[in-house]
Amino acid sequence: MSEPAAAPRATALREVHEKAGATLVDFAGWLMPLRYGSETAEHTAVREAAGLFDLSHMGEIRLTGPQAAEALDYALVGHLSQVKVGRARYTMITAEDGGVLDDLIVYRLGEEEYLVVANAANVPVVASALAERASGFDVEVADESADYALIAVQGPRAVEILAPLTDADLDGIRYYAGYEHTVAGTPVLLARTGYTGEDGFEIFVRPADGAPAVWEALMERGAGHGLVPAGLSARDTLRMEAGMPLYGQELTPDLTPFDAGLGRVVKFDKGDFVGRAALEEAARTARPRRLIGLLARGRRPLRRGQEVLRDGTAVGTITSGAPSPTLGRPIAMAYVDGDLDTGTGAFTVDVRGRGEDVDVVDLPFYKRRS
Amino acid sequence: MSVPTELGYTAKHEWVRVEDGIATVGITSFAAESLGDIVFVELPEVGGEVTTGESCGEVESTKSVSEIYSPVSGEVTEVNEALENEPEKINSEPFGDGWLFRARVSEEPSDLLSAEEYTKLTEGEE
Repeated sequence: MSEPAAAPRATALREVHEKAGATLVDFAGWLMPLRYGSETAEHTAVREAAGLFDLSHMGEIRLTGPQAAEALDYALVGHLSQVKVGRARYTMITAEDGGVLDDLIVYRLGEEEYLVVANAANVPVVASALAERASGFDVEVADESADYALIAVQGPRAVEILAPLTDADLDGIRYYAGYEHTVAGTPVLLARTGYTGEDGFEIFVRPADGAPAVWEALMERGAGHGLVPAGLSARDTLRMEAGMPLYGQELTPDLTPFDAGLGRVVKFDKGDFVGRAALEEAARTARPRRLIGLLARGRRPLRRGQEVLRDGTAVGTITSGAPSPTLGRPIAMAYVDGDLDTGTGAFTVDVRGRGEDVDVVDLPFYKRRS
Repeated sequence: MSVPTELGYTAKHEWVRVEDGIATVGITSFAAESLGDIVFVELPEVGGEVTTGESCGEVESTKSVSEIYSPVSGEVTEVNEALENEPEKINSEPFGDGWLFRARVSEEPSDLLSAEEYTKLTEGEE
C-alpha cells in the first residue's frame, strides 16, 4: 500500500471555479481548473477575444536588500542588475552543471527589491537555491507564494476589458513591465506578461483573499467583450502554439538552456554565477539536441513521449503535443539530434505502432498579428 | 445529466441499442464530458468482427487517449464516418449523431446495465 497523496491546496478562487462548473484537477499539488466547458472554445476565446486564468499555483519569492541585484546576478543565468525598475525579464536558474532547475520571470520592483516568479512544482527548489546562493550577500529572501493569488487576463481584448477597472495607463505599460497599481480597487502588481502568445496582463494579488473581487470584476466587465474563464488545458495548447517551453517537458535538469534553444537567456557579460563554467562549455560546443516543431498531416493527435523518425530511423522524441485549435491540426515540439538535417527525408511519428506523417516547421506555430 | 432509459450501458461507459439484430454503439455523455473535447476517433473496420469486452477503437481528446470496448459481439456493418471530420459530435450528441458503429449481433447482449444502474455507477465516480 502506498501512502495516500496529500490533499491538493486550494487557491483563493476555488469557490469561484466551482460555481462556474470547472473541472478541477490536482496540478503540482494545487487544485486547479482544467477547463470550465469546452477547452477548445476557451482556447479560441483567448485568440479572438480574451480569457481569464487562475495562476495562483505559481510561486512568488521576494528578494529585498542592498545587494538584491548582485545576489540575483550570481544565482541566475540572466543579468538582473541591468533590469530597470518596473521591468521584467524571462530567465532561468540552473544547477552547477548547467541543467535547468526552473524558468522564471523576475520583476524589478525597486532598486533593492525583486519578485521572482517560479513554476508551482519548483517553488521549494528555487526558494532554497536562492536562499543558499544569496547567503553571502546583504539581501533577504522570502518565499511569499502562500500570500499571493495570480490572475491573468489574456487576449486581444484584454486592454479594453482591464482599462476601466484600473488606475493604470495601460498604453504606458510595455510588454514585460510591471508596476504597483489597483484593479477593481484592490492593490496589485500589474504586469504585461503572459504565456499564451497574446497580449495580456498578469495581476498579482496580495493578500490572496482579494482575488475573488478582482476576478468577479473582470468577468463582469468582460462579459460583453467575449471574456471567458479558461483552464490549464487551454493554457497548455496556447503556450504550445506560441512555441513556449514548459518546465518538465522542454526544460529539465538534464538539459542546458542552450539545448532548449534558449541560450540567449544566458548572460556571460557579468561576474561569476552558478553554472557559469558548464554553460560556457555548452555555449562553445555543438548542441547535442535541438528543439523542432512538427505539424501533422492527419488528424491523430501527437503526444509527449512519442518517437520521431526520419526515413524510418529514430531521430528524436516529442516533448509536448496536442491538437492545435488555431491550425486545426495536431502539433508537437520534439528534441532531435543536434546535427540532424531536417531539410531532407520523410518525417513520421510513431503513434502506438503506426507511422503518422508530419512536417518539420519553424517555431512558433502561431504568432499574433500586431 | 440525462441518460436515455431505452439504452443498455456498460461499466466502461459505452451505450448500446439493439434493433432488428443490429446493435448501435456509442459512448455516454458522462464519458464524453469526462474526456473533454474529442478530437479524433478510430473506429473498427466495416466487415470486421468485434467481441464483447474487447477493445475495438480509440477516442482521443485534447488531453487523453481512451479505448472503446465493444459491448457486443458481431460483424461491423457500418461506422459513423461523419466523426472523421467532426469528432466533436460525440461531445454535442453522444446518444445521437455521435454514435460510433453498428454491428450485426446474433443474440441480445447480456450483462448490460440499465439507465438507472448506470447513473448510480457514474454518481459514484464523480
